[in-house]
Amino acid sequence: MDYFKNDLSSIHAGLLNKDFSSKELTEETFKLIKARDKKVAAFLTLDEENALAAAQKADQKGISAENTLAGIPVGIKDNIVTKGLKTTAASKILGNFEPIYNATVVDKLAAAGMINVGKLNLDEFAMGGSTENSAFQKTKNAWDQTKVPGGSSGGSAAAVASGQLLAALGTDTGGSIRQPAAFNGIVGVKPTYGRVSRYGVIAFGSSLDQVGPLTRTVKDNALVLNAISGHDKHDFTSSEREVPDFTAKLDGDIKGMRIGVPKEFMDEGVASDVREAIQQAIATFEKLGATVDEVSLPYSKYGVPVYYIIASSEASSNLQRYDGIRYGFRADDVKNLEDVYVRSRSEGFGDEVKRRIMLGTFSLSAGTYDAYFKKAAQVRTLICRDFDNVFSDYDLILAPTTTSTAFGIGEEINDPIQMYMNDILTIPVNLAGLPGMSLPAGFSKGLPIGMQLIAPQFAEETMYRAGYAFEQATDFHKEVPTIGGEN
Amino acid sequence: MNFETTIGLEVHVEMKTKSKAFSPAPVQYGQEPNTNTNVIDWGYPGVLPEVNKGALEYGMRAALALNCQIRQDIHFDRKNYFYPDNPKAYQITQAQTPIGHDGWLEIELEDGTVKKIGIEEMHVEEDAGKNTHDPDGYSYVDLNRQGTPLIEIVSKPDIASADEAYAYLKKLRQVIQFTGVSDVKMEEGSMRADVNISVRPIGSDQYGTKTEMKNLNSFEHVRSGLKYEEQRQENVIRAGGNIQQETRRFDVNTGETVLMRVKEGKSDYRYFPEPDLPPIHISDDWIKKVKESIPEMPEERRKRYVNDWGVTEYDADVLTQTMEMSDFFEATVAQGADPKLAANWLMGDVSAYMNDKKLELAEIALTPEHLAGMIALIKDETISSKIAKKVFKQIVANDTDPKAWVEEKGMVQLSDPAVLQPIIDEVLDNNAKSIEDFKNGKDRAVGFLVGNIMKQTRGKANPKVVNQLLMASLKER
Repeated sequence: MDYFKNDLSSIHAGLLNKDFSSKELTEETFKLIKARDKKVAAFLTLDEENALAAAQKADQKGISAENTLAGIPVGIKDNIVTKGLKTTAASKILGNFEPIYNATVVDKLAAAGMINVGKLNLDEFAMGGSTENSAFQKTKNAWDQTKVPGGSSGGSAAAVASGQLLAALGTDTGGSIRQPAAFNGIVGVKPTYGRVSRYGVIAFGSSLDQVGPLTRTVKDNALVLNAISGHDKHDFTSSEREVPDFTAKLDGDIKGMRIGVPKEFMDEGVASDVREAIQQAIATFEKLGATVDEVSLPYSKYGVPVYYIIASSEASSNLQRYDGIRYGFRADDVKNLEDVYVRSRSEGFGDEVKRRIMLGTFSLSAGTYDAYFKKAAQVRTLICRDFDNVFSDYDLILAPTTTSTAFGIGEEINDPIQMYMNDILTIPVNLAGLPGMSLPAGFSKGLPIGMQLIAPQFAEETMYRAGYAFEQATDFHKEVPTIGGEN
Repeated sequence: MNFETTIGLEVHVEMKTKSKAFSPAPVQYGQEPNTNTNVIDWGYPGVLPEVNKGALEYGMRAALALNCQIRQDIHFDRKNYFYPDNPKAYQITQAQTPIGHDGWLEIELEDGTVKKIGIEEMHVEEDAGKNTHDPDGYSYVDLNRQGTPLIEIVSKPDIASADEAYAYLKKLRQVIQFTGVSDVKMEEGSMRADVNISVRPIGSDQYGTKTEMKNLNSFEHVRSGLKYEEQRQENVIRAGGNIQQETRRFDVNTGETVLMRVKEGKSDYRYFPEPDLPPIHISDDWIKKVKESIPEMPEERRKRYVNDWGVTEYDADVLTQTMEMSDFFEATVAQGADPKLAANWLMGDVSAYMNDKKLELAEIALTPEHLAGMIALIKDETISSKIAKKVFKQIVANDTDPKAWVEEKGMVQLSDPAVLQPIIDEVLDNNAKSIEDFKNGKDRAVGFLVGNIMKQTRGKANPKVVNQLLMASLKER
């Protein structure tokens, strides 16, 4: 069994045919993890005992043809709470935190029969684009272990790209699923805001956060999104819209599809190798019968500052609960209440988290609220309107996911502004609550290049359909990295 | 120098919803610490607030009863501050879009005139938990109260004296209680008042600097605290001093207010819209539905008592001061009691008993059934009003059926002439002197004879019947 040569459908077929059991598959998965994760360090916590027990249960229950995900291992980003299984958000402040409840997405995957094998590394509280902000370990890019895996869902992306898993959950607040998917040459989807429940997702930017799947193929991605979507009574921002079968329109036919390419996303801020790959992708789409035009999203250039004000403001409030009183880390030898707060938080949070708490606290303060938070919220509305305008004429937006391929570990960590600018192509999608997908669209110097497809709200089907057609027409998704000479 | 006083009140009222404002945990007073809580109340990582629609409707109900305009597009905001009883380190409130605004209440002043007090705004928010500081050196956090839905009612600066503040609070308590939204029990903390007060020389076009007193939990403390504070501020200004903006505490023992802390600038709560809860639109239909759900208010009840039951205006007013009394009265009448008699007993003996024992209606053994039963016994002359006092003593303190008890104790009034006549004859036979006195115009003799008859019947004789029979017998002798 090799995940590089399989997808969810072929593994499902194997389970159905009883070529192997879920228990054997899960055991094999842990072998793969133990061999390959030495190289990429994607996992923070493994849950072998419970995973094997769950797999055995799945075998006993029997796997049916309808239940396409049953008995198949999956990994969960460590900012999504799992009952009885340590959930840290890659922060010292939650270093020993064992939740007493499951996130809705975790329950949904379990209901679909998936086997949770463990928790995946991230930038602390999902703040960062390289997974270097993890308090515990540095995850490496599956293609080149001197490069970052991207972030914040770096662990999820590296685990899937290195063939340890076929699917993992990530979260995306400003690009945290799509950017690591691009850096690792896999498929990552941030669904429409409200498509997937946020209940049990450790909040970063509440109006932006969304859970989504990272997989090696478009169809696998749609299968996992099917399982986690839908209204949740615990999340008032989750949509009551009916969830379509996201695999239903994967037929390769995109004739007549109208695609817009924002000129602001293809300027000299984007590396030439990335632009070239996207130009070729445009040609592929045209060959498939789509029309591709240049469009404009004039306000998107303000996306980065708007995002860092809004996300940090929300984060500054969301992260106040980590106060050393009820759970998580509390500093030793504290003298009084203020000491509990100040020292627990000073010692428990990392630098980037503190930087954003300060930025957000400043933006919400009485004297600065109007000039920062309020202004940012107003510009956010303008950015949304830009997208509405384009979508009145186009079915889809196509753009690069990132301005460059993966950068080196340690290269940008001391330059927060440069690090923030990496998200310039993904952030506007979160601000507008739209669905976005990154999928492999080329390679440069051995590193993957990601293409981004952006659809109107709740039009994930269009995005999957186009992504699938592109994938069928190209071979990028068939490339696999060399991990320790194992394949 | 003569002064005028400006008082503002912010009143917090806990709603008696079944569950909390933003979590499904139950709302219940007096439970073991932290038992009425769940992950949402603890501010656990990953949890999200869930709006209790019932709390929102209760908020609307109160707003409508306070004559407020309903804001139809609302959202919640976060008020950020660190404190152990505030587990998320923010309170979900309505800072920018309070659900009610521009309402009013009418209060009656001592001279009988009616004054309208404006209500600036009224919003729905969540209560915090409770910290207790134990002598063992530890502080303990109880989150049972955390998330209990609150209404905050902010008055306009229309209140000009401590007595007006007192009247406003009483009226507010009455109205809220009749909406059924809250028990408004000061002693359980389900109604709390923050007050601010300033004085200024009459004619000044600027308000004076105000001082604040927080979390007062008795109307009397509000009144005494404000009276003291008004005098203190006037004295300071007369002596050439300045009032500082500060928070003061009312000392129950001395009746004085004491400085707690001086306010240095405004605290910054970094309010912003709660991103976990989408904005809510309140439709005309919804408002209409809530309006229809408002129970009968005291004014309407008062009118009904006067018009339908012939109760006096004054009595009707007293009976509708609290919902407990009003409900008790109506239940008693529903059991067949004469409304006027029921009113007399409730306002007389029942109230006296409650005052004496310092108990609430709900805490005494008396039930509307028993009170109505006793009134029926009086009305059909089964018992005399003298015996009734004995019966009342019994049923007010014990769960006793008056009719059964009266029969068991042999207290039934003797009204049968056939039984009474022989007794009267015997008494007359033994008191020839009194008959003579009566004939000579000494009325006192009748009293003496009645007393004797009563003694013979151990007080059970019906005085009216005894009188009739006695007079007739005397004339025959």
